[in-house]
Amino acid sequence: MGRMSRNGLLVTGALLSSVLMASGSMAQTTASAAGKDWTTPAGTMSGQRYSSLDQITSKNVGKLQVAWTFSTGVLRGHEGQPLVIGNMMYLDAPFPNTVFALDLDHDGKIVWKYEPKQDPNVIPVMCCDTVNRGVAYGDGKIFLHQADTTLLALDAKTGKVVWSVKTDDPSKGATGTDAPLVVKDKVYVGVSGGEFGVRGWFAAYNVADGKQVWRGYSMGPDSDTLIVPDKTTDLGKPVPANSSEASWQGDQWKIGGGDTWGWKSYDPKTNLIFYGSGNPSTWNPKQRPGDNKYSMTIWARDADTGAVKWLYQMTPHDQWDYDGVNEMVLVDQKIDGKDRHLLVHFDRNGFGYTLDRDTGALLVAQKYDPAVNWASKVDMDPKSPNYGRPEVLPQYSTEHGGEDVNTTNICPAALGSKDEQPSAFSPQTGLFYVPTNHVCMDYEPFRVSYVAGQPYVGATLSMYPPKGDTNMGNFIAWDATKGKIVWSLPEQFSAWGGALATAGNVVFYGTLEGYLKAVDAKTGKLLYKFKTPSGIIGNVMTYEHAGRQYVAVLSGVGGWAGIGLAAGLTDPHAGLGAVGGYAALNQYTSLGGSLTVFAVPQN
Amino acid sequence: MTKHARTFAIACIFTCLSTSFVFADKPGNPAAVTSQDGKYADKDGNPTYKVDKDGKVDFYSYIGFVRYSANCLQCHGPDGLGSTYAPSLVDALKSIDYGTFLATVAGGKKDVSASQQLVMPSLGENKNVMCYIDAIYIYLRGRSDGAIGRGRPAAHESKPAAFTTAEDSCMG
Repeated sequence: MGRMSRNGLLVTGALLSSVLMASGSMAQTTASAAGKDWTTPAGTMSGQRYSSLDQITSKNVGKLQVAWTFSTGVLRGHEGQPLVIGNMMYLDAPFPNTVFALDLDHDGKIVWKYEPKQDPNVIPVMCCDTVNRGVAYGDGKIFLHQADTTLLALDAKTGKVVWSVKTDDPSKGATGTDAPLVVKDKVYVGVSGGEFGVRGWFAAYNVADGKQVWRGYSMGPDSDTLIVPDKTTDLGKPVPANSSEASWQGDQWKIGGGDTWGWKSYDPKTNLIFYGSGNPSTWNPKQRPGDNKYSMTIWARDADTGAVKWLYQMTPHDQWDYDGVNEMVLVDQKIDGKDRHLLVHFDRNGFGYTLDRDTGALLVAQKYDPAVNWASKVDMDPKSPNYGRPEVLPQYSTEHGGEDVNTTNICPAALGSKDEQPSAFSPQTGLFYVPTNHVCMDYEPFRVSYVAGQPYVGATLSMYPPKGDTNMGNFIAWDATKGKIVWSLPEQFSAWGGALATAGNVVFYGTLEGYLKAVDAKTGKLLYKFKTPSGIIGNVMTYEHAGRQYVAVLSGVGGWAGIGLAAGLTDPHAGLGAVGGYAALNQYTSLGGSLTVFAVPQN
Repeated sequence: MTKHARTFAIACIFTCLSTSFVFADKPGNPAAVTSQDGKYADKDGNPTYKVDKDGKVDFYSYIGFVRYSANCLQCHGPDGLGSTYAPSLVDALKSIDYGTFLATVAGGKKDVSASQQLVMPSLGENKNVMCYIDAIYIYLRGRSDGAIGRGRPAAHESKPAAFTTAEDSCMG
């Protein structure tokens, strides 16, 4: 190699990537750390959002500078992240979901751009802004789940449509916002629409031709959910036949929600794919008696057949809109001196769960925000009839309060102690880095009627910071083996940008005011911050190009966080007109849609 | 008519037209002049709010807050203040009247261009909205006039029997 010219090296690099491309989806790494490329939404299929790149370190990150920027041309919430494969970067925008392919060898020149033609009538059935959480890559194709539930495969080289299939019906309120995940020869997607009574599903399509391979619903008969009676387990116990239908009144499960708009991860050792299901519809718990299975559930399915290996419902009979869709991070750590294959999940309900991902056994369930009050704890006694269930406090139960009664001071608020903004894990420190919300609410449920394609909500909410606090977010480091916060950095607004951990002992995240922040992975010490053009609800990623490490993040405020942009949150304890911590976000940032890419200056 | 006089006349027509146009579009004086079963109306017969000196609101303003927050807040933000993707109704209701409000909610509205894609759905078939549309209007009218503050109204008149009857027959 010593004799090889720089050109020769490049040729070798190109050959290597062609070889990888030729072997199709093998270009996505099954390793737990991302390297030079960033090939899946979370960097790798483990969902760790960890990179082995170490050119940017806790020592030099203070010198970080903006290397280049790119505008998506859309002024809506930007929740996703770019992908980098070789010399190409791929990213997409919120509705109309424009996809860009940028050439990193030529200063981000646009190689191709694809703008789907979608009926704008899909916009108002998107509950919380027209976000999209990113594209996926595999088999030489870029995959996009459009707002109107079209799953699209584009030729990664040319941007030409290879195939396109409809996954659901937006006229009934179903929309596509999730980032697909490609594993081997299949691409996996879920659906949004919990506020419209859309019955959730998770499906696998062939990357080659877009043919649906399997689809497992969140609720309904076993033939729909792909639960295998007496084989699928729930906390180690076999699940009886048609357990989902039995947990609903009549056929309410048909409009029961449990949507699947979050992140997906995959373990090649067991061939299991993991994701979560969201809130049961409606938000009025009185109207849907029963456990409402399997909303609010962690799912482990066989990636080839969809058969459910195990599941765990975290919030039976939800009364607060605590969707269970947040990321499932797959890590290998020791618990009590024993090597374990873990799945770690920070739920909207405020509990951080650690499970054995091979068996679904529950190992740890602890609050990751001390403000969480709706449940005292999760019952961890395997002999208890309530094993695995939260111990709900009646004063914070909107079911107990009943219809037309305002239940007050519930923590967390409906947006959860954390929403979709993904956490990161560093195998160097063994810690999780979690952007969180620190917000409470009043919740008043009432009767609603169902009309297909119309909002089916049934509750009124007001949100505010926990009593005595002025910060509405925290960025925390979490030990998932013990269920303990290691350090916590207060943020004025909810920390709604996804985190990145790197081998340089640096953790990055974005804030709603628009700051990209870099902190020391061990101590949480702030090492660098830069204010991007708009609030950040996108996720930080990193890649290496031409021997140099870059860090990139989308800014563009919106999403559910955007609801509060103009209004801010009211403070019931200080009266109206309160400022400071409760000030409106529009005093700090404005709409935008930009990618900002950072690097440490050379020399 | 001299040229000068004609110019003046044309100018007057425009001024008068535009003036009356603006007046016709504004919601008008919100003062409640009539009431029936706890529901108040202004001098033109349009629904309106009533807030007493202690801040206690009429029942319709209160239920309007509840239903607004369940059906409209997702886009138009808490307390009608707008979001990153839908306009403030506190501002909008300063310049549209009751009829325009009803027509917009029932029929929806589109403002799609290269720089923005604002789409409001047609809610005419949605009972959760239409059975409470007067209440939502009354609440937002009070918000727009600054008569009703942010958050849940602290006190409200009791639920009129007529409200329950109308609600039951509308929701089915």
